[in-house]
Amino acid sequence: MSLFELHYEVPGDDFTRAGEASGDVKAHLKKLGFDPATIRNVVIALYEAEINMVIHAGGGTIDVSVDPECIKMELIDHGPGIADISLAMQEGYSTAPDNVRALGFGAGMGLPNIKKYTDEMIIESEVGVGTVIKLRVDVKE
Amino acid sequence: MVDITNQNEFFHSVRLDEELCKGCTNCIKHCPTGAIRVRRGKAYIIKERCIDCGECIRICPHHAKYAEKYPFEEILQYKYKIALPAPTLYGQFNNLEDTDIVLNGLKQMGFDDVCEVSQAAEFISEATRLALKDERRPRPVISSACPAVVRLIRVRFPNLIDHVLNLNAPMEEAARIAREKAMRETGLGNDDIGVFFITPCTAKITAIKSPICNIKSYVNGVFSIKDIYPVLLGCMEKLNTEENENLKNSGIIGVSWASSGGEAAGVFADRYLAADGIENVIKVLEELEDEKLNDLDFIELNACPGGCVGGPLTVENPYVAKARINHLRKYMPISCNHLPSNEIPKSLCWQKPLEPVSIMKLADNVREAMIKMSRMNEIIEMLPGLDCGTCGAPSCKDLAEDIVRGKASIEDCVFFTSENTDGSNTIPIPAPFRKSEDK
Repeated sequence: MSLFELHYEVPGDDFTRAGEASGDVKAHLKKLGFDPATIRNVVIALYEAEINMVIHAGGGTIDVSVDPECIKMELIDHGPGIADISLAMQEGYSTAPDNVRALGFGAGMGLPNIKKYTDEMIIESEVGVGTVIKLRVDVKE
Repeated sequence: MVDITNQNEFFHSVRLDEELCKGCTNCIKHCPTGAIRVRRGKAYIIKERCIDCGECIRICPHHAKYAEKYPFEEILQYKYKIALPAPTLYGQFNNLEDTDIVLNGLKQMGFDDVCEVSQAAEFISEATRLALKDERRPRPVISSACPAVVRLIRVRFPNLIDHVLNLNAPMEEAARIAREKAMRETGLGNDDIGVFFITPCTAKITAIKSPICNIKSYVNGVFSIKDIYPVLLGCMEKLNTEENENLKNSGIIGVSWASSGGEAAGVFADRYLAADGIENVIKVLEELEDEKLNDLDFIELNACPGGCVGGPLTVENPYVAKARINHLRKYMPISCNHLPSNEIPKSLCWQKPLEPVSIMKLADNVREAMIKMSRMNEIIEMLPGLDCGTCGAPSCKDLAEDIVRGKASIEDCVFFTSENTDGSNTIPIPAPFRKSEDK
């Protein structure tokens, strides 16, 4: 049990609402007085993961646990799962459909970016069942 | 001599006429930094949060909000008086064919000299082009011309401070040029020369009275466009245009600063963005903070819709003003002013860095803030969620935050009754807002 927790249901049927959860997390972290670098890392990683969840998995849930030392995020979806995680982690690899590419997504930088901005990233995925992504960002100051 | 420059950090040019204020909720709901509450039936500004954007002046239906005014007689205390017209001024007049008519009109009003702010803007445009050549500057570079935007960044987006261009606004540079020219030509001392800015907005008044990146402003006083408009128009009509002095000294680049996109166009950057209107500015800064706009070189942001032509202290509709300026600039040279070398002169740079002002966080340490935020979320659950504003805060969420900050109490919610204190822990929704299935 963390000191402060946030929970989000991310709808998968409305692409225009993707990014709302990470925006809300940002507003909370600012009010809590975290340093800008930590907030940036959390928000960028979470934004990428949230967009992925909407594009590929039809939405899901996000739980954020906030402690003074670190921020942990868990994203759970019941989408198609990732067949080859190491392939998905490669920069430039993407299975995004054309309609989201038109909006500037699908460059194959999502998962690599999440890794770059977090201190720990664990992906558990089963094809046909879904994906769980656990992220941790340590507070720098 | 009275020095009207006030060094108080929380000086604000936005004022309230208590007689006219009805205590309605229009201003509290439109304030971009959540800086206004209604207390004892009147709108009250939280000084640390206000950025002097003037949104409340624009929105108040009772005209209770106004910009601090200075009597025109103030110019009389100086031996030599200089007017600095903002380029927006040129867009306020119907059928104007020559900006010299405005400049000569200002001299008729009692000024000894004029110095166009658009002239100084051309130096800033050139300095900005040089600044963009410096690869070490974090991209995108954000314009610092709009003082409301600079204050917004230091209050709400402190981690973007490094992106803000550390150059003076054109008004400051115009004041410096005009003052030095006057001292040279008249032999008068600094204290005998009065420099007055003709402003379209409240944020500039604050930038003069309480500068944040300079020790002291070169400007002595300020008059709003709408206040001097009737007198200036009278003076312009009386002019014999044959006898007009040739005073104008700026081109398309300088004059274009009046509307959104003008400053960015003068930077000649391929990858730029220009946003106007405070809500749009906030959206851009949010995206920038999330590193979604890293492929841009330059960002021009104006708090007012349409840019400075949309300032709360102007007379003309911003789009009409913009169209007129576009007509006026048509046969102007591209630029009339150039820097002496390929180096940014030190006089154009801020004297001190922009410092963040932390007003958003709930407590000084994260642990304490978390406890407050948990409590805040519990209170939000209790409140009706109607955001009616009757408690004096813009939304139920803001009331909850005020409560945990010790600035308000749950009893401020008009729907709160004493029964809530023992029985249920949510406040009943009043009848007109109740859905049939609600109790």
